[in-house]
Amino acid sequence: MSEFKQTFNSSLGKKLIMALTGLFLCTFLIVHVGGNLLLFNNDNGFSFNVYANFLTHFPPIEVIAYLLYLSILVHALYGLILTVKNRKARPVGYAVATKSDASWSSKNMGLLGSILFLFIVIHMGDFWYRYHNDKNMGFKEYRTDLATGVTTVADYTPANAEFSHSVATENNVEIVRVKDLHTRVATSFSNIIYVLFYVIAMGAVAFHLLHGFQSAFRTLGWVHRKYTPIVYFIGTWLFAVIIPLAFAAMPVYYYYLSTQGAH
Amino acid sequence: MSNGNMNLTLKVWRQKNAQTAGKFVSYKAENISPDMSFLEMLDVVNESLTHKGDEPINFDHDCREGICGMCSLYINGHPHGPKRGVTTCQLHMRTFHDGETITIEPWRAEAFPIVKDLAVDRSAFDRIQQAGGYVSVNTGGVPDGNAIPIPKVIADEAFNSATCIGCGACVAACKNASAMLFVSAKITQLGLLPQGQPERYRRVQSMVAQMDEEGFGNCTNTGACEAECPKEIKLTNIARMNNDYFSAKLFRQEEIHEQNH
Repeated sequence: MSEFKQTFNSSLGKKLIMALTGLFLCTFLIVHVGGNLLLFNNDNGFSFNVYANFLTHFPPIEVIAYLLYLSILVHALYGLILTVKNRKARPVGYAVATKSDASWSSKNMGLLGSILFLFIVIHMGDFWYRYHNDKNMGFKEYRTDLATGVTTVADYTPANAEFSHSVATENNVEIVRVKDLHTRVATSFSNIIYVLFYVIAMGAVAFHLLHGFQSAFRTLGWVHRKYTPIVYFIGTWLFAVIIPLAFAAMPVYYYYLSTQGAH
Repeated sequence: MSNGNMNLTLKVWRQKNAQTAGKFVSYKAENISPDMSFLEMLDVVNESLTHKGDEPINFDHDCREGICGMCSLYINGHPHGPKRGVTTCQLHMRTFHDGETITIEPWRAEAFPIVKDLAVDRSAFDRIQQAGGYVSVNTGGVPDGNAIPIPKVIADEAFNSATCIGCGACVAACKNASAMLFVSAKITQLGLLPQGQPERYRRVQSMVAQMDEEGFGNCTNTGACEAECPKEIKLTNIARMNNDYFSAKLFRQEEIHEQNH
């Protein structure tokens, strides 16, 4: 067996792959939650639609996006391989379930990961796939009067099917025409079942990262009297509390808006 | 102490050998002194089984002082029973209460096949040790005891890891039946000391390769091993093992030690 294969096929090598892809996905979450906070801007989706357009048309981000999809698949695949191997390591279980001190999340990473994988498939199918492939997704035209700063919004129908976006300034009015993902978000999150599914999935993110973030550092071999408490702090507060709460707030907020609009 | 003696029900895993299927059998353990150790209690039960002409319960034991690593037993969901930092032989019956039902199971792991009843074959640990858990010393004059200075913190840390008795409770407690706490303790004990330095990176690679070959699971850092270890070996050993392994495999090409199998 080649040295390379030997390293990455070993138990520790597989764990290294899990840790590195996991941490990369963690950094992505920070970017994702930051950008999506634009959904809370009360501007008829202007900033959010421009941001979505930027993400899909800026080449470096597209490259990182493919690295991200690869990481999700590798992390899920290696998680599956390791879980199967771990099950095989104990073919006959105990009659009395173990009462050893270990956190609930650390013992249920496979279950939490499976929920997250299902979520990612549905989430990307609903937004990413539609954004790229749905010919029926509409466009919006935002006209900003540069003198007053007032923005008006209207539906826009492109003259040809190839149209993606445009920015122009006419008579001191900035005209931005972009694909309208914001309406898709608002429509999706007016469905209570969908909102509940998102909130549950964010709970899974919280528990997955409560264990996963600090566990990745242990796998990398970075345990230090001074720095490990900082890793625990970030893993708990940023990745298991703030980020999942911020994500979960989006569907809840849009559901609330939809009930207000109905009255 | 005749008054205050206990009557217990034991649910014990009985299995003739590795080839046959096993099952739980209930036994009454009567008039048990709270001052007995868990193994002494089993001795009493075995005595009565022998008198009745039944096959006694087979379990591993040796020093009964908590230092040999021979005793095992998964008692009521805990390797070595519910008390922290003790082996089964040092567990006393006063930990349990009168009338209690105690379930006793063998260590469960693919790499620890059952020999008979509660005794499992832990020679997988021996083979991991033989793969590199040693310091090669040439014969000759005895070196002076203090010729090589070792900082106190390093000596303490190495000694803490050296207290591992290789009982396998870490494997038994781990939901993945991973042996990484054991292997990392052995690697740390030698790798931290100057005498272990020359073979440090070769050792970690050989021992991890042997560990994988034995069919143990993969650590997910749940920490159940640390909680159940009778010698309270720390989880930080596993991080240190990872560190040494990746150092060897990824950053020190002169240290790469390829396995032949």
